[in-house]
Amino acid sequence: MPITFYDQIVKFSRFDFEDFFRQAAPKDVERVMDKEALSENDFLLLLSEAAFGSLELLAQKARRITWGNFGKVIQLYAPLYLSNYCVNDCAYCGFKHSNPITRKCLSIAELKEEAKEIAKSGIRHVLLLTGESRSQAPLAYIKECVILLKKSFSMISVEIYPLSVNEYAELIAAGVSGLTIYQETYDERLYSQLHRQGPKSDYRFRLMAPERAAQAGMRQINIGALLGLSEFKKEVFFTGLHGYWLERYYPGIEVGVSFPRIQPQVGNFSPANPLSDRQLAQAIVATRIFLPHAGITLSTREAKELRSNLIGLGLTRLSAGSRTQVGGYALSDKTEGQFEIADTSSVDAVRHMVHQKGYQPVFHDWLNVI
Amino acid sequence: METQLVIAGQPIRSRFFLGTGKFPSYQIMKEAIIASSAHIVTVALRRIDPQAKEENILEYIPKDCIVMANTSGARNADEAIRIARLARALGCGDWIKIEVIPDNKYLLPDNAQTIKATEVLAKEGFIVMPYVNPDLADARRLRDAGAASIMPLGAPIGTNKGLCTRELLKILIAEIELPVVVDAGIGRPSHAAEAMEIGAAAVLVNTAVAASDDPVLAARAFSLAVAAGRLGYVSGMSPIKESPQSSSPLTGFLC
Repeated sequence: MPITFYDQIVKFSRFDFEDFFRQAAPKDVERVMDKEALSENDFLLLLSEAAFGSLELLAQKARRITWGNFGKVIQLYAPLYLSNYCVNDCAYCGFKHSNPITRKCLSIAELKEEAKEIAKSGIRHVLLLTGESRSQAPLAYIKECVILLKKSFSMISVEIYPLSVNEYAELIAAGVSGLTIYQETYDERLYSQLHRQGPKSDYRFRLMAPERAAQAGMRQINIGALLGLSEFKKEVFFTGLHGYWLERYYPGIEVGVSFPRIQPQVGNFSPANPLSDRQLAQAIVATRIFLPHAGITLSTREAKELRSNLIGLGLTRLSAGSRTQVGGYALSDKTEGQFEIADTSSVDAVRHMVHQKGYQPVFHDWLNVI
Repeated sequence: METQLVIAGQPIRSRFFLGTGKFPSYQIMKEAIIASSAHIVTVALRRIDPQAKEENILEYIPKDCIVMANTSGARNADEAIRIARLARALGCGDWIKIEVIPDNKYLLPDNAQTIKATEVLAKEGFIVMPYVNPDLADARRLRDAGAASIMPLGAPIGTNKGLCTRELLKILIAEIELPVVVDAGIGRPSHAAEAMEIGAAAVLVNTAVAASDDPVLAARAFSLAVAAGRLGYVSGMSPIKESPQSSSPLTGFLC
């Protein structure tokens, strides 16, 4: 058993991805189509250009797997930005330290206003987000927010700076059930180029955050790569491997995968490897087939029509009615958003869209009995 | 001669139990329950929202059904016990299906923790229906702990693979005096009929109905298959032979 997922990544340091993709042929993909459980190489084949022509068949398989394991059900949640203070300077992020934007951390009174507005829409699962600033948004503050929000929401997840095992345990005790943390890029060299300063420059500490959360007893762990930073095939491959590894060594957690594509934000970062809608669909269906039990999330970063069309290909969770500003739901002095939202539909409109697709929108699917 | 299914002293009208997860809408779920004539339906407590501004699943379950809450989401006995008590406090009654699943990949139950939860909840007056791997020693422990039935899996949840555990199920059916309800893995009406033909008291189906193209029609198909399989079992069918046999190979010359 490898000690950490980092050991798994190191195993691939000499793997010739380009050669693998060059040699991949459609007949290899056909062979994978009939398999029930996929190997690492099979997964990589599904992400290759050789699988591009089989996308329809792959999508049908992904849909059957999703129906069997999740049914025709889509869970809805909303993000709630607590603070945009950040000490990091990630090249691609609207909240980066060097961006001259308005900074804000919600007071408890302001949080109540935000929560009230979100709860009015019927949302029962919130994802709390902060930039990385232990001085402006310390763990004690986040716990206080969680304790307050427990009264209005049945599930609380966090997408915050990486913590230690004990700190994750503190959040769980306060009422947190889920963690979302994106590695951004699994390419260690590129990671260090994009995260030159601040605590986020520690690649391994971030990579092992899901393991620490699992050790602390976190129920749901959602991972992902920020798509567009690097070549998508490798990023999705390592994300899938990460999910597989977490499922294998921490079987009690519900693993989820997100597919955030870089969207325009303050600072005008241009992704070096933008991916098309078709490539995004390929990434989703390949991941579904490789990880049949993983939740798959697509946020409002993506346009309404695309989200609607991708539902049948393996998605299980959508954000709805999202605001990415601190104070975005109820406050007049809201900040700039972290990135541009493509699907600006209301929660009601998303619910309607999910119904129209023949799926049941689910707001409440959690009991926190810890 | 067909006999009435009785669980915990209560006559049960149908030997087909239906799970309520994974349906495309509550309305379709309701129509499926009605079409199948199911008397016992299971509901995951995690889906019941007492503060719901949205539709409440319980409003879509016909009033003459027994709602059996399940402890979906529980990873150990303590969590299952807390969920069961919460179900009772929310007015879901005393019927509880214990699901303790510490493995989200294969969704296989933890028998040891299930036995522990059964011991506690049976003493508190719950009608406990434990979902388990089919193991004879554990089934006896559950019986002794006060379970009202045993619910062994036919195959892992959602796989539709049928009675992969057939030989183990037959042993439980033969040895355990409680009703044995085959739960999980039943993917075709023929699987349901097969479970009933080997003597199961009932079957519980969810995914195969809810995720089909026409859940209402599928619910009816499974219900009919359960009834047919039961009649086949009660009728005392001839055993299956290894090779063809004429009706009187040794004495035919006498006619």
